[in-house]
Amino acid sequence: MTSPDGNLFQQQEANRRRTTWLVIGFVLFFAWLGFGGDYIWALSRGHHPFPWLGILLTIVAIGTAWYSYKTGPEKVLWATGAQELTVPQTDAERQLVNVVEEMAIAAGVPRPRIWIVPDEDPNAFATGHDPRDSHIAVTNGLLRICNRDELQGVIGHELGHVKNLDVRLMTTLAALVGAVLLVRDGMGRMMGRGRLPGRSSGRRAKDAGPLLAILLALWVISWIIAPLVTQLLAMAVSRRREYLADAMSAQFTRNPLALASALEKIESAVAPTPSIKRGAAHLCIADPLGRRLTNREGWLADTFATHPPMGMRISRLKGMGYAQLKKEGGSFTSSALG
Amino acid sequence: MWVLLVLIVIVGLWVIAAYNGLISLKNQTVNAFKQIDVQLKRRHDLIPNLVNAVKGAMDFERSTLEAVIQARNQAVKVNASGPENVKQISQAENALSGALSRLLVTVERYPQLKATGNIGQLQEELTSTENRIAFARQLYNDTATQYNTKQQQFPTTLVAGLAHAERTDLWEIEDQAERAVPQVDLSRR
Repeated sequence: MTSPDGNLFQQQEANRRRTTWLVIGFVLFFAWLGFGGDYIWALSRGHHPFPWLGILLTIVAIGTAWYSYKTGPEKVLWATGAQELTVPQTDAERQLVNVVEEMAIAAGVPRPRIWIVPDEDPNAFATGHDPRDSHIAVTNGLLRICNRDELQGVIGHELGHVKNLDVRLMTTLAALVGAVLLVRDGMGRMMGRGRLPGRSSGRRAKDAGPLLAILLALWVISWIIAPLVTQLLAMAVSRRREYLADAMSAQFTRNPLALASALEKIESAVAPTPSIKRGAAHLCIADPLGRRLTNREGWLADTFATHPPMGMRISRLKGMGYAQLKKEGGSFTSSALG
Repeated sequence: MWVLLVLIVIVGLWVIAAYNGLISLKNQTVNAFKQIDVQLKRRHDLIPNLVNAVKGAMDFERSTLEAVIQARNQAVKVNASGPENVKQISQAENALSGALSRLLVTVERYPQLKATGNIGQLQEELTSTENRIAFARQLYNDTATQYNTKQQQFPTTLVAGLAHAERTDLWEIEDQAERAVPQVDLSRR
């Protein structure tokens, strides 16, 4: 069995590093917004005041990043309205707890906490910082339509995200996307009241004309595209991860065909998942927004869709399944491939 | 002179890294083995409950039940002897697996049995336990294989003696039923 976690250590390292860079980039971006604003202010006024805006925004950004990182998992779970499953009541819940325990054993990680999202559309996501502090959430719809083997495949996929630390990067990103939207709205209101250093006629303003104009333009554009950039990031990080998590699930369950069949079921339930908002879409096993872009290939979809096309994922899993059957000497009729 | 010093430092660092890698894998293997043990204990504790639950309803299947009880007691006894003899433990557990799967098939044949009482629940617990054992075994075998491969590969094999690395036995499946080739018919979709 060739295992996709041969480079598990590198994968974990890469995710740790990317999370750090994400946070640093976030703080630097706000430092630019702040100190850039101060500088433009200084250029237009002709004297150098104390850079209040820069210091303030940087402190706010550091605080926000720290808070987002610490409380990310809680916030994501809260935003979807998930309820923690501590004492299973029904047969379906008991089975879910058992399946999660089984997959945690297969993955060699501690059992994550289990949450149920009251939503009839089948979907699932994982969040947390590392395997010792992780959460898996599934919707009611998923419990309803999946049999035991399929559920195992889905949970294996989520534990794949947990084990290679995808959850850390993706949760932090989700929390930062939320924070940026919040800060942008707040600052937008402040700027609306005329704090923007527009056409104030300072002594040296004429000398610094072109530089000032360029800086100002850059600065304003930065404000406008901030939310866009964070969302683009969310899209860029998640596409290849889904394939990897599918492969890890197959490694844990040794049953890729079950996950393929689960994905088929999730796919055929075309309705979007209303409980899961845009900010957390990249965490889910299937695109909760039901965007059509997801099912396209090519540059555009690669850049803007959070998930790879379901058809591709299913056919890759089926390929793994057939390869496995062949290796074990099982026979299958060729008509199944046609 | 400097070149020699740098070489010695590089080799020294590599020895440390390789040694630590082997030790880490060794501990992972030991830990994975303990996980199997935990799950086997769970199975041994669960069986008396199951047997009690179906005993009344299954007087006519006495021999199936007795085979389970016997295999379970044998497995408990072998397990108590310590983790050194992986071979014997896995033999006893495989026998128990066989007896249990025969019992589950029998229970399956009596739908009214599943409906009454908490047998359905017990069945889910048992299915889960069997899966846990299988997955724990799978993790152990994967880790042990990684460990075995690492210590045999050049150049890590040079420090294998230093780390007291020895080949570990894998948990073999000896039950004929489990080893049988699966016949899968995918012609109808």
